[in-house]
Amino acid sequence: MAETGKAKTITIISGKGGTGKTSVTAAFASLAAPVVVADCDVDAANLHLLLSPTVKNTVEFYAMPAARINQDLCTGCGTCHDLCRYEAILVDDDKYTVDSLGCEACLVCKENCPEQAIEAVERLAGHWYLSQARTGPMVHASLGIAQENSGKLVTEVRKAAAEVAESNGLGMVLVDGPPGIGCAVMASLTGADLVIAVTEATQSGLKDLMRVHDLCQHFKIPIHIIINKCDLNPDVTNTVRQWAKGKNAPIIGEIPYDTAFTKAMIEGKTIVEYKSSRIGDRLKEMWQEVVHTLA
Amino acid sequence: MRIAIASGKGGTGKTTVAVALARVMDSCVLVDCDVEAPNAHLFLSPEVSHTQEAFVMIPVVDDDKCTGCGECSRVCQFNALAVLNKSVLVFEELCHGCGGCVIACEPKAITEGGRLIGTMQWGKANGMDFFDAKLRIGEPMSPPLIKGLKRQADLAEAENMILDCPPGTTCPMVEAVSGADYCILVTEPTPFGLHDLNMAAQAVRDMGIPSGVILNRAGMGDNCIQEYCRANGMTILMEIPHRREIAEGYAVGKDILRSMPELEDEFKNMIKTINEGLNNG
Repeated sequence: MAETGKAKTITIISGKGGTGKTSVTAAFASLAAPVVVADCDVDAANLHLLLSPTVKNTVEFYAMPAARINQDLCTGCGTCHDLCRYEAILVDDDKYTVDSLGCEACLVCKENCPEQAIEAVERLAGHWYLSQARTGPMVHASLGIAQENSGKLVTEVRKAAAEVAESNGLGMVLVDGPPGIGCAVMASLTGADLVIAVTEATQSGLKDLMRVHDLCQHFKIPIHIIINKCDLNPDVTNTVRQWAKGKNAPIIGEIPYDTAFTKAMIEGKTIVEYKSSRIGDRLKEMWQEVVHTLA
Repeated sequence: MRIAIASGKGGTGKTTVAVALARVMDSCVLVDCDVEAPNAHLFLSPEVSHTQEAFVMIPVVDDDKCTGCGECSRVCQFNALAVLNKSVLVFEELCHGCGGCVIACEPKAITEGGRLIGTMQWGKANGMDFFDAKLRIGEPMSPPLIKGLKRQADLAEAENMILDCPPGTTCPMVEAVSGADYCILVTEPTPFGLHDLNMAAQAVRDMGIPSGVILNRAGMGDNCIQEYCRANGMTILMEIPHRREIAEGYAVGKDILRSMPELEDEFKNMIKTINEGLNNG
């Protein structure tokens, strides 16, 4: 949990992908402006497509140094190959090389190479950006293709967002989190005061919501729920409601299945900026609920 | 043939496609590699015959043998070992199981134990072999569980394998897609779908795996995917129309071939086309 006096951090996650996390985050950003937003879905960052930020500062992100074999020194003894548990040392005609996609950066090979033929090479894995969006300051990132360490990059983005909030005297940070429950999600949750889980009224949505809920319990972070596509199947929606009630997890709103989100996205707008719609009005009510909770 | 179903963006229809393909292919094993949020089982109700816990190795320090020299801590790149007052602290969740500390420990005070990362299960569903796994809540690392699950699925020795992959373009996705003969990228006609398709397409290209696109929810947004594929020489294998009844069926675990039986032939033809393409190099 964040310390008192610091900006309040609300993290939006879902478990299942494609339930509407980013659309909800962007809508809340419009309603809370000026607010700091952080796109912590660094694997597949999309928030910038709705908030069209202007980049002010670019910071390089380095992944952990990976192994590289110096062919001039390598005698082909195979020690590295035997010791690597990630099958990242490739052998072709007695020539040993490192598979950079498989390399876990443990450097066991470097440490144990009798010829000291292996070096650790810095890897520029991506960038993160300090930007100005129309909703306020924004921190976002782009991770190189097929890179590791997304958890580490998420942590840098999240920390930068907290610093920006403090230096700009802004009291709130909205974090758009990644799908799943693994490393990147856990890194997004650190320091959150409140989690908003966006689910959908499908069996998959509910199953994944349950896992996200368990993760939040693990970190002792309160969780509020939004049910998207709530009119797809009334029975499933009821099941979600009953489950949430049993877990004392408040449902702050329900959103019917509507293509308005898609239309707004194509225009590069948040749903509350996109001509007056019933969905936009519902999001406003939900935001009031969130503000009320945090007060 | 081994086909990976990936997407970049979540919720574009990977599982829908994976389940449909597994149903139309003979001698097929379906592996749900989305171990953080596995959902394929909801559409197949498999009869689970085996359950197995998965572990990664972690160091176990024998304090009687440990001299507090700190070599283990020095070689660990993940800060999973710290030496305090000549005694070693192990931060289990940070450990990647590389075994470097075991080798570095001169007094041989370190042996290895296991950290539970999740549970794998498998069985039969409508004649096909089905495998999935659940990452333990609070466990950060999914790639070792995905790797273990794929190894287990290999033992089924099925002629065909469908890998339902996690979203994103980083290590879990790479682990799930690796070893595939072909990758189907499922997307939707929206700016988010396009942006993430571009990332996923580059990732599989970097991995040297041929790929094609399934455009799901065709008609929901704009023509950005068709234009992108045309400009980049990518094949759209199939378009699945945007229909509310498909979403309604999905909500209750009804697979797409039940909502739209007419797609069965399209899926079969698509597999044939992919197969011929691969055989002709």
